Amino acid sequence: MLLGHSLNHYLNIVLNAVFIENLALAFFLGMCTFLAVSKNVKTAFGLGIAVIAIMTITIPANNLIFNHLLKKGSLGEVFGTDLSAVDLKFLGLISYIGVIAAMVQILEMTLDRFFPALYNTLGIFLPLITVNCAILGGSLFMVERNYDLPESVAYGFGAGFGWALAIVALAGIREKLVYSDVPDGLKGLGITFITVGLMAMAFMSFGGINLAE
Amino acid sequence: MAEPKPKEVLLNPLFNDNPIALQVLGICSALAVTTKLETAVTMAIAVTVVTALASASVSMIRKWIPNSIRIIVQMTIIASLVIVVDEVLKAFAYDVSKTMSVFVGLIITNCIVMGRAEAFAMKEGPWLSLLDGIGNGLGYSLILVVIGFVRELTGSGKLWGHVILPLTRDGGWYEPNGMMLLAPSAFFIIGIFIWVLRTVKPAQVETEG
Repeated sequence: MLLGHSLNHYLNIVLNAVFIENLALAFFLGMCTFLAVSKNVKTAFGLGIAVIAIMTITIPANNLIFNHLLKKGSLGEVFGTDLSAVDLKFLGLISYIGVIAAMVQILEMTLDRFFPALYNTLGIFLPLITVNCAILGGSLFMVERNYDLPESVAYGFGAGFGWALAIVALAGIREKLVYSDVPDGLKGLGITFITVGLMAMAFMSFGGINLAE
Repeated sequence: MAEPKPKEVLLNPLFNDNPIALQVLGICSALAVTTKLETAVTMAIAVTVVTALASASVSMIRKWIPNSIRIIVQMTIIASLVIVVDEVLKAFAYDVSKTMSVFVGLIITNCIVMGRAEAFAMKEGPWLSLLDGIGNGLGYSLILVVIGFVRELTGSGKLWGHVILPLTRDGGWYEPNGMMLLAPSAFFIIGIFIWVLRTVKPAQVETEG
Protein backbone atom coordinates (compact mmCIF):
# COMPACT_ATOMS: atom_id res chain seq x y z
CA MET A 1 0.00 0.00 0.00
CA LEU A 2 1.30 3.39 -0.98
CA LEU A 3 0.63 5.04 2.36
CA GLY A 4 2.04 2.33 4.57
CA HIS A 5 -0.83 2.52 7.05
CA SER A 6 -4.60 2.24 6.91
CA LEU A 7 -6.63 5.37 6.27
CA ASN A 8 -7.97 5.17 9.80
CA HIS A 9 -4.46 5.59 11.13
CA TYR A 10 -4.11 8.96 9.39
CA LEU A 11 -7.59 10.05 10.36
CA ASN A 12 -6.68 9.24 13.92
CA ILE A 13 -3.54 11.40 13.75
CA VAL A 14 -5.64 14.29 12.46
CA LEU A 15 -8.32 13.91 15.15
CA ASN A 16 -5.70 13.50 17.82
CA ALA A 17 -3.94 16.69 16.74
CA VAL A 18 -7.17 18.66 16.50
CA PHE A 19 -8.90 17.67 19.71
CA ILE A 20 -6.78 15.79 22.20
CA GLU A 21 -3.36 17.31 21.68
CA ASN A 22 -4.53 20.70 20.55
CA LEU A 23 -1.37 22.78 20.23
CA ALA A 24 -2.92 25.90 21.70
CA LEU A 25 -4.97 24.43 24.51
CA ALA A 26 -2.95 21.43 25.61
CA PHE A 27 0.61 22.58 24.86
CA PHE A 28 0.26 26.36 25.17
CA LEU A 29 1.85 26.92 21.78
CA GLY A 30 1.38 30.04 19.72
CA MET A 31 0.01 31.84 22.76
CA CYS A 32 1.36 35.29 21.91
CA THR A 33 -0.52 35.52 18.63
CA PHE A 34 -3.36 33.48 20.12
CA LEU A 35 -4.05 36.16 22.71
CA ALA A 36 -3.16 39.16 20.60
CA VAL A 37 -5.16 38.41 17.45
CA SER A 38 -8.32 36.94 18.97
CA LYS A 39 -10.32 40.13 19.46
CA ASN A 40 -12.68 39.50 16.58
CA VAL A 41 -13.74 36.42 14.64
CA LYS A 42 -12.91 37.71 11.16
CA THR A 43 -9.21 38.36 11.74
CA ALA A 44 -8.92 35.22 13.86
CA PHE A 45 -10.35 33.20 10.96
CA GLY A 46 -7.85 34.73 8.51
CA LEU A 47 -4.94 33.94 10.78
CA GLY A 48 -6.30 30.43 11.35
CA ILE A 49 -6.37 29.70 7.62
CA ALA A 50 -2.82 31.02 7.23
CA VAL A 51 -1.62 28.77 10.06
CA ILE A 52 -3.27 25.70 8.52
CA ALA A 53 -1.62 26.43 5.17
CA ILE A 54 1.85 27.02 6.62
CA MET A 55 1.73 23.99 8.90
CA THR A 56 0.56 21.62 6.18
CA ILE A 57 3.54 22.74 4.07
CA THR A 58 6.34 23.18 6.62
CA ILE A 59 5.88 20.06 8.72
CA PRO A 60 6.27 17.65 5.76
CA ALA A 61 9.13 19.82 4.42
CA ASN A 62 10.94 19.60 7.74
CA ASN A 63 10.18 15.90 7.82
CA LEU A 64 12.05 15.47 4.51
CA ILE A 65 14.98 17.56 5.76
CA PHE A 66 15.20 15.61 8.98
CA ASN A 67 14.97 12.17 7.42
CA HIS A 68 17.22 12.80 4.43
CA LEU A 69 19.83 15.27 5.66
CA LEU A 70 20.03 15.51 9.43
CA LYS A 71 19.35 12.03 10.77
CA LYS A 72 22.39 9.93 11.53
CA GLY A 73 23.46 8.02 8.43
CA SER A 74 21.02 9.74 6.09
CA LEU A 75 23.70 12.00 4.62
CA GLY A 76 25.55 8.83 3.59
CA GLU A 77 22.57 7.64 1.53
CA VAL A 78 22.53 10.91 -0.40
CA PHE A 79 26.24 11.65 -0.87
CA GLY A 80 27.99 8.31 -0.56
CA THR A 81 29.07 6.05 2.24
CA ASP A 82 31.97 8.05 3.69
CA LEU A 83 29.44 10.46 5.19
CA SER A 84 27.30 7.80 6.82
CA ALA A 85 28.68 8.44 10.32
CA VAL A 86 27.72 12.11 10.22
CA ASP A 87 24.99 13.06 12.67
CA LEU A 88 23.68 16.56 12.09
CA LYS A 89 20.75 16.38 14.48
CA PHE A 90 22.04 19.34 16.48
CA LEU A 91 21.48 21.55 13.42
CA GLY A 92 17.78 20.69 13.58
CA LEU A 93 16.50 23.79 15.31
CA ILE A 94 18.28 26.22 13.04
CA SER A 95 17.22 24.36 9.88
CA TYR A 96 13.56 24.14 10.88
CA ILE A 97 13.31 27.82 11.66
CA GLY A 98 15.05 28.59 8.37
CA VAL A 99 12.60 26.40 6.45
CA ILE A 100 9.66 28.04 8.20
CA ALA A 101 10.89 31.56 7.50
CA ALA A 102 11.58 30.69 3.86
CA MET A 103 8.22 28.95 3.39
CA VAL A 104 6.35 31.90 4.84
CA GLN A 105 8.20 34.20 2.45
CA ILE A 106 7.46 31.98 -0.56
CA LEU A 107 3.81 31.61 0.38
CA GLU A 108 3.56 35.37 0.77
CA MET A 109 5.04 36.00 -2.69
CA THR A 110 2.92 33.28 -4.34
CA LEU A 111 -0.27 34.64 -2.84
CA ASP A 112 0.69 38.16 -3.84
CA ARG A 113 1.28 37.09 -7.43
CA PHE A 114 -1.58 34.65 -8.04
CA PHE A 115 -4.25 35.25 -5.41
CA PRO A 116 -4.23 38.97 -4.63
CA ALA A 117 -7.62 38.82 -2.88
CA LEU A 118 -6.41 36.16 -0.49
CA TYR A 119 -3.14 38.03 -0.03
CA ASN A 120 -4.99 41.11 1.09
CA THR A 121 -6.80 39.19 3.81
CA LEU A 122 -3.89 37.05 5.00
CA GLY A 123 -0.96 39.30 4.12
CA ILE A 124 -0.49 41.02 7.44
CA PHE A 125 -0.55 37.76 9.36
CA LEU A 126 2.11 35.94 7.40
CA PRO A 127 5.19 37.64 8.94
CA LEU A 128 3.67 37.09 12.39
CA ILE A 129 3.55 33.40 11.72
CA THR A 130 7.31 32.98 11.41
CA VAL A 131 7.70 33.54 15.13
CA ASN A 132 4.59 31.57 16.06
CA CYS A 133 5.69 28.83 18.41
CA ALA A 134 2.92 26.53 17.21
CA ILE A 135 4.58 26.17 13.79
CA LEU A 136 8.03 25.32 15.15
CA GLY A 137 6.44 23.22 17.88
CA GLY A 138 4.58 21.19 15.28
CA SER A 139 7.85 20.41 13.49
CA LEU A 140 9.57 19.46 16.74
CA PHE A 141 6.73 17.15 17.78
CA MET A 142 6.81 15.58 14.32
CA VAL A 143 10.52 14.78 14.76
CA GLU A 144 10.06 13.53 18.31
CA ARG A 145 7.26 11.15 17.29
CA ASN A 146 9.11 9.80 14.25
CA TYR A 147 6.30 10.43 11.77
CA ASP A 148 6.92 9.40 8.17
CA LEU A 149 6.02 11.68 5.26
CA PRO A 150 2.27 10.91 4.86
CA GLU A 151 1.86 10.90 8.62
CA SER A 152 3.49 14.30 8.88
CA VAL A 153 1.13 15.69 6.22
CA ALA A 154 -1.81 14.45 8.29
CA TYR A 155 -0.28 15.78 11.48
CA GLY A 156 0.54 19.17 9.95
CA PHE A 157 -2.99 19.64 8.72
CA GLY A 158 -4.55 18.43 11.96
CA ALA A 159 -2.34 20.56 14.19
CA GLY A 160 -2.98 23.66 12.10
CA PHE A 161 -6.70 23.00 12.02
CA GLY A 162 -6.84 22.51 15.78
CA TRP A 163 -5.03 25.78 16.37
CA ALA A 164 -7.35 27.61 13.95
CA LEU A 165 -10.40 26.10 15.64
CA ALA A 166 -9.19 27.21 19.04
CA ILE A 167 -8.45 30.80 18.02
CA VAL A 168 -11.77 31.23 16.18
CA ALA A 169 -13.66 29.84 19.19
CA LEU A 170 -11.78 32.15 21.57
CA ALA A 171 -12.44 35.16 19.34
CA GLY A 172 -16.14 34.30 19.34
CA ILE A 173 -16.19 34.21 23.12
CA ARG A 174 -14.22 37.44 23.45
CA GLU A 175 -16.61 39.26 21.12
CA LYS A 176 -19.45 38.46 23.54
CA LEU A 177 -17.27 39.15 26.56
CA VAL A 178 -17.12 42.85 25.67
CA TYR A 179 -20.64 43.23 27.05
CA SER A 180 -19.95 41.65 30.42
CA ASP A 181 -18.94 43.39 33.62
CA VAL A 182 -15.46 42.16 34.47
CA PRO A 183 -13.60 43.23 37.66
CA ASP A 184 -11.09 45.99 36.88
CA GLY A 185 -7.94 43.98 37.54
CA LEU A 186 -9.12 41.12 35.35
CA LYS A 187 -10.02 43.25 32.34
CA GLY A 188 -8.38 42.36 29.07
CA LEU A 189 -5.58 39.86 29.53
CA GLY A 190 -6.64 38.37 32.86
CA ILE A 191 -10.12 37.33 31.83
CA THR A 192 -8.78 36.02 28.52
CA PHE A 193 -6.49 33.65 30.39
CA ILE A 194 -9.36 32.40 32.52
CA THR A 195 -11.48 31.90 29.39
CA VAL A 196 -8.72 29.96 27.66
CA GLY A 197 -8.37 27.84 30.79
CA LEU A 198 -12.06 26.95 30.66
CA MET A 199 -11.77 26.14 26.95
CA ALA A 200 -8.79 23.90 27.67
CA MET A 201 -10.89 22.06 30.25
CA ALA A 202 -13.68 21.59 27.74
CA PHE A 203 -11.25 20.22 25.16
CA MET A 204 -9.89 17.74 27.69
CA SER A 205 -13.18 15.87 27.58
CA PHE A 206 -12.29 14.80 24.02
CA GLY A 207 -9.50 12.65 25.47
CA GLY A 208 -9.75 8.96 24.70
CA ILE A 209 -11.12 9.19 21.16
CA ASN A 210 -9.29 6.56 19.14
CA LEU A 211 -10.11 5.37 15.65
CA ALA A 212 -7.06 3.22 15.08
CA GLU A 213 -8.53 -0.06 16.28
CA MET B 1 12.97 57.73 26.12
CA ALA B 2 15.44 59.39 28.48
CA GLU B 3 18.82 57.78 29.03
CA PRO B 4 17.93 54.52 30.84
CA LYS B 5 19.67 53.78 34.14
CA PRO B 6 21.25 50.34 34.51
CA LYS B 7 19.40 49.60 37.74
CA GLU B 8 16.02 50.47 36.27
CA VAL B 9 16.75 48.48 33.16
CA LEU B 10 17.49 45.47 35.32
CA LEU B 11 14.65 45.75 37.83
CA ASN B 12 11.75 47.30 35.93
CA PRO B 13 10.79 44.11 34.09
CA LEU B 14 10.23 42.30 37.39
CA PHE B 15 7.07 44.09 38.54
CA ASN B 16 6.51 47.33 36.64
CA ASP B 17 6.87 46.03 33.14
CA ASN B 18 6.67 42.28 33.49
CA PRO B 19 7.11 40.56 30.12
CA ILE B 20 4.39 37.97 30.75
CA ALA B 21 1.83 39.91 32.75
CA LEU B 22 2.03 43.20 30.92
CA GLN B 23 3.73 42.79 27.58
CA VAL B 24 2.03 39.42 26.87
CA LEU B 25 5.27 37.99 25.58
CA GLY B 26 6.73 34.55 25.84
CA ILE B 27 3.86 32.60 27.27
CA CYS B 28 4.11 30.23 24.36
CA SER B 29 6.80 27.78 25.20
CA ALA B 30 6.72 28.13 28.95
CA LEU B 31 3.55 26.94 30.57
CA ALA B 32 3.80 23.28 29.75
CA VAL B 33 7.00 22.93 31.75
CA THR B 34 5.61 24.33 34.99
CA THR B 35 4.05 21.19 36.44
CA LYS B 36 7.21 20.74 38.49
CA LEU B 37 9.37 23.35 40.16
CA GLU B 38 12.56 21.74 38.89
CA THR B 39 11.69 21.98 35.20
CA ALA B 40 10.27 25.47 35.71
CA VAL B 41 13.55 26.67 37.23
CA THR B 42 15.60 25.00 34.49
CA MET B 43 13.44 26.63 31.84
CA ALA B 44 13.70 29.98 33.61
CA ILE B 45 17.49 29.81 33.73
CA ALA B 46 17.68 28.72 30.09
CA VAL B 47 15.47 31.56 28.91
CA THR B 48 17.31 34.16 31.02
CA VAL B 49 20.68 33.04 29.64
CA VAL B 50 19.45 33.05 26.05
CA THR B 51 17.71 36.43 26.36
CA ALA B 52 20.72 38.07 28.00
CA LEU B 53 23.27 36.69 25.55
CA ALA B 54 21.06 37.25 22.50
CA SER B 55 20.39 40.86 23.46
CA ALA B 56 24.08 41.48 24.12
CA SER B 57 25.20 39.91 20.83
CA VAL B 58 22.54 41.64 18.75
CA SER B 59 23.43 44.92 20.38
CA MET B 60 27.14 44.44 19.65
CA ILE B 61 26.57 44.10 15.92
CA ARG B 62 23.51 46.34 15.70
CA LYS B 63 25.29 48.97 13.60
CA TRP B 64 26.25 46.44 10.96
CA ILE B 65 22.91 44.66 10.61
CA PRO B 66 21.07 45.84 7.49
CA ASN B 67 17.54 46.76 8.45
CA SER B 68 15.85 44.58 5.85
CA ILE B 69 17.34 41.30 7.07
CA ARG B 70 17.50 42.04 10.78
CA ILE B 71 14.85 39.47 11.71
CA ILE B 72 16.78 36.66 10.04
CA VAL B 73 20.03 37.79 11.67
CA GLN B 74 18.42 37.91 15.12
CA MET B 75 16.78 34.56 14.52
CA THR B 76 20.10 32.94 13.59
CA ILE B 77 21.83 34.31 16.68
CA ILE B 78 19.00 33.14 18.91
CA ALA B 79 18.79 29.72 17.27
CA SER B 80 22.53 29.17 17.71
CA LEU B 81 22.34 30.12 21.39
CA VAL B 82 19.39 27.81 21.95
CA ILE B 83 21.25 24.93 20.31
CA VAL B 84 24.13 25.51 22.74
CA VAL B 85 21.73 25.56 25.72
CA ASP B 86 20.00 22.43 24.44
CA GLU B 87 23.28 20.52 24.07
CA VAL B 88 24.48 21.67 27.52
CA LEU B 89 21.23 20.50 29.10
CA LYS B 90 21.46 17.15 27.34
CA ALA B 91 25.00 16.72 28.62
CA PHE B 92 24.56 17.81 32.25
CA ALA B 93 20.88 17.42 33.08
CA TYR B 94 19.69 14.67 30.79
CA ASP B 95 16.55 13.71 32.75
CA VAL B 96 15.32 17.28 32.98
CA SER B 97 15.99 17.86 29.30
CA LYS B 98 14.03 14.69 28.52
CA THR B 99 10.94 15.93 30.42
CA MET B 100 11.15 19.31 28.75
CA SER B 101 11.37 17.63 25.32
CA VAL B 102 10.55 20.08 22.54
CA PHE B 103 10.13 23.06 24.80
CA VAL B 104 13.84 23.82 24.98
CA GLY B 105 13.85 24.22 21.21
CA LEU B 106 10.82 26.43 21.44
CA ILE B 107 12.85 29.07 23.28
CA ILE B 108 13.76 30.19 19.75
CA THR B 109 10.24 31.34 19.10
CA ASN B 110 9.80 32.67 22.61
CA CYS B 111 8.64 36.16 21.89
CA ILE B 112 10.56 37.61 24.85
CA VAL B 113 13.91 36.85 23.29
CA MET B 114 12.90 38.19 19.90
CA GLY B 115 10.95 41.07 21.40
CA ARG B 116 13.82 42.34 23.54
CA ALA B 117 16.32 41.98 20.71
CA GLU B 118 14.04 43.98 18.44
CA ALA B 119 12.75 46.56 20.91
CA PHE B 120 15.79 47.21 23.09
CA ALA B 121 19.03 45.70 21.81
CA MET B 122 18.76 47.28 18.35
CA LYS B 123 18.87 50.72 20.00
CA GLU B 124 21.07 50.47 23.10
CA GLY B 125 24.63 49.44 23.87
CA PRO B 126 25.73 45.88 24.72
CA TRP B 127 26.04 46.41 28.49
CA LEU B 128 22.54 47.85 28.92
CA SER B 129 21.14 45.23 26.56
CA LEU B 130 22.72 42.49 28.63
CA LEU B 131 21.09 43.93 31.77
CA ASP B 132 17.78 44.33 29.96
CA GLY B 133 17.97 40.72 28.82
CA ILE B 134 18.71 39.52 32.34
CA GLY B 135 15.94 41.69 33.77
CA ASN B 136 13.32 40.43 31.36
CA GLY B 137 14.56 36.89 31.83
CA LEU B 138 14.11 37.32 35.58
CA GLY B 139 10.65 38.81 35.18
CA TYR B 140 9.71 35.77 33.17
CA SER B 141 11.42 33.47 35.67
CA LEU B 142 9.45 35.02 38.52
CA ILE B 143 6.12 34.06 36.99
CA LEU B 144 7.37 30.66 35.89
CA VAL B 145 8.67 29.81 39.35
CA VAL B 146 5.49 31.01 41.07
CA ILE B 147 3.35 28.87 38.77
CA GLY B 148 5.70 25.90 39.13
CA PHE B 149 5.59 26.27 42.92
CA VAL B 150 1.78 26.39 43.10
CA ARG B 151 1.25 23.59 40.61
CA GLU B 152 3.73 21.14 42.10
CA LEU B 153 2.65 21.83 45.68
CA THR B 154 -1.09 21.55 45.11
CA GLY B 155 -0.94 19.00 42.30
CA SER B 156 1.35 16.39 43.82
CA GLY B 157 2.11 17.66 47.33
CA LYS B 158 5.82 17.95 46.56
CA LEU B 159 8.40 20.63 46.08
CA TRP B 160 11.50 19.90 44.01
CA GLY B 161 10.60 16.22 44.27
CA HIS B 162 10.53 16.26 48.09
CA VAL B 163 7.28 15.43 49.86
CA ILE B 164 5.88 18.50 51.64
CA LEU B 165 2.25 17.55 52.01
CA PRO B 166 1.95 13.76 52.62
CA LEU B 167 -0.66 12.32 50.25
CA THR B 168 -3.65 10.33 51.46
CA ARG B 169 -2.70 7.39 49.30
CA ASP B 170 0.64 7.17 51.14
CA GLY B 171 -1.02 7.43 54.54
CA GLY B 172 -0.81 11.22 54.86
CA TRP B 173 -3.63 13.76 54.95
CA TYR B 174 -3.38 15.72 51.68
CA GLU B 175 -5.70 14.87 48.80
CA PRO B 176 -3.86 16.03 45.64
CA ASN B 177 -5.70 18.24 43.19
CA GLY B 178 -5.08 16.44 39.90
CA MET B 179 -6.32 19.32 37.81
CA MET B 180 -3.32 21.39 38.85
CA LEU B 181 -1.12 19.07 36.79
CA LEU B 182 -3.22 19.56 33.66
CA ALA B 183 -3.14 22.36 31.12
CA PRO B 184 -6.11 24.51 32.25
CA SER B 185 -4.73 25.24 35.72
CA ALA B 186 -1.74 27.11 34.29
CA PHE B 187 -4.07 29.50 32.52
CA PHE B 188 -6.09 30.05 35.69
CA ILE B 189 -2.99 30.71 37.78
CA ILE B 190 -1.64 33.26 35.29
CA GLY B 191 -5.05 34.90 35.09
CA ILE B 192 -5.19 35.21 38.87
CA PHE B 193 -1.56 36.38 39.04
CA ILE B 194 -2.34 39.16 36.58
CA TRP B 195 -5.44 40.04 38.58
CA VAL B 196 -3.44 40.35 41.81
CA LEU B 197 -0.66 42.33 40.12
CA ARG B 198 -3.11 44.77 38.57
CA THR B 199 -5.07 45.21 41.76
CA VAL B 200 -1.85 46.13 43.55
CA LYS B 201 -0.75 48.40 40.70
CA PRO B 202 -3.96 49.92 39.29
CA ALA B 203 -2.02 51.82 36.61
CA GLN B 204 -1.68 48.56 34.68
CA VAL B 205 -5.43 47.98 34.30
CA GLU B 206 -6.46 47.88 30.64
CA THR B 207 -9.00 50.55 29.84
CA GLU B 208 -10.71 49.13 26.78
CA GLY B 209 -12.27 45.69 27.30
